[in-house]
Amino acid sequence: MSVTIQLAYLLAAFLFALGLKLMSSPETARWGNLASACAMLLTVVVTLLHTEVVEYQWILVGVLIGSAIGSLAATRLQLTEMPELVALFNGFGGGASLLVGWEAYHRQPLQDPLGAVTILLAVVIGGVTFSGSLVAWGKLKEIGWGSFRLSRPLLFPGQQAINFLLLALLCLGGVLYGLDSPESQTLFLVLLALAFLLGIVVVVPIGGADMPVVISLLNSYSGLAACAAGFVIFNNILIVAGALVGASGLILTNIMCKAMNRSLTNVLFSGFGAVARKSRKGTGGDPRPISAEDAYFILEAARSVVFVPGYGLAVAQAQHAVMELGELLEDNGCEVRYAVHPVAGRMPGHMNVLLAEANVSYDLLVEIDDVNPNMETVDVCVVIGANDVVNPAARDDAESSIYGMPIIEVDRARVVIVLKRSMAAGFAGIENPLFYKDNTRMLFGDAKSSLNAVLGEFKRS
Amino acid sequence: MSGDLIFLMFILMLAVFLGLELISKVPATLHTPLMSGSNAISGITLVGALLAAGAGDSTPLSIALGTAAVTLATINVVGGYLVTQRMLSMFKKKRGDRK
Repeated sequence: MSVTIQLAYLLAAFLFALGLKLMSSPETARWGNLASACAMLLTVVVTLLHTEVVEYQWILVGVLIGSAIGSLAATRLQLTEMPELVALFNGFGGGASLLVGWEAYHRQPLQDPLGAVTILLAVVIGGVTFSGSLVAWGKLKEIGWGSFRLSRPLLFPGQQAINFLLLALLCLGGVLYGLDSPESQTLFLVLLALAFLLGIVVVVPIGGADMPVVISLLNSYSGLAACAAGFVIFNNILIVAGALVGASGLILTNIMCKAMNRSLTNVLFSGFGAVARKSRKGTGGDPRPISAEDAYFILEAARSVVFVPGYGLAVAQAQHAVMELGELLEDNGCEVRYAVHPVAGRMPGHMNVLLAEANVSYDLLVEIDDVNPNMETVDVCVVIGANDVVNPAARDDAESSIYGMPIIEVDRARVVIVLKRSMAAGFAGIENPLFYKDNTRMLFGDAKSSLNAVLGEFKRS
Repeated sequence: MSGDLIFLMFILMLAVFLGLELISKVPATLHTPLMSGSNAISGITLVGALLAAGAGDSTPLSIALGTAAVTLATINVVGGYLVTQRMLSMFKKKRGDRK
């Protein structure tokens, strides 16, 4: 590879790293994305000058189709569909690395053991990422046939045994393949199929509120797949960029797991929430339903309000109504903040993007540790479509299956207004004692219409 | 060959550490743009795809695999950066403007 290309890759590696560095603040993040995009452009352009690239027609075809689909998806998409898009893109990244490995194998089936292993890694990691991401995408899209819903965790007896058997077969096949890189494609294709199957069985038992973990993990895999492809073609920029993505996904996975107080193995293998658990403690008392007018009187008198959004906000598309109510309250001399739990929604940062879309200033968004210590001074907490992340059982009830998970302790505020469709349990299938507390008021109905009703009360006065 | 491999492993190790350091500084509010941005970066495998699709004297299967790889990776790169930019342009601090 020529010196010019290597120097350009060096510059690109610098720009990729700089881009991530600039992501450390919302003010500079746009420049970070731009730096990263420039790095990518530079890399692609100098790669086209590579002496091994002699034909351009197929590249042109791929680039044209890819750009058309990519730009259409990016501009047409509703931002509430971001989790689906990210899941799909994870899959495409893995798929591309898989194809690069496959092509390398097809071009030169007889490899030395090291070459064979790197190809196999690219193909297997890419394959797992691809099929796993497609399943994750289907879950987020709520695809289903009849009474079967893909979004629900799918569990069956002997599931773990099957998973481990698949993994063992894959390892065994990998060793066979590495020892004697065969000219026959059969073993290669069998391994490819096993990788696809593994991706599917790993993601199928996971659902609902655990999706952020899976998406982060698949994100990491798509980077690792690119890394492996880098080892196949001995290319350093693939390794650098792939490692950065791999690290990013790992950190996000870790943050998500911590926010649920669960280990990664627990998330991947336990099929949490598959069975609705009965609460063991009697909750006692009745919920106190209120009308939009009552909610207006409570909010109108409040000096400080904290909104706590959850997945229900995304479902009801209520982000604009929340923003409007927040602005009215601010004009009313009230301090308004938005407390976002790390696992609220279906992907990391899901709520932040929705609120940003609705023009909520990002400095009003606070995290658990910022809001919990002085919760007593908060007049009203408005819980919008969140459930498990505000469940006091996680703090008080050692018997509860979510015990130990960090929560936003809304029950310590003076008044809590919960916007909810019905009294149904949250994803984890656990009763929420919050709904029965003395300082809790329930505003039943679709989050968006409830908020609009409250807004109406404000405007009338 | 094996010298090259070890050199690449050095790069891998250092890049992983660099990534862990850099990403741990990204605030929670930017986690979604971070993911879509890293989706775009994982499209770097486009480099491998270009080499595969442009190699010449290929069998039809090679061409098909290479072209499909270029397509998928380009979707990631173009779509990933565009949607990230779109999201980031919405992250505003706008309290000053309103009052």
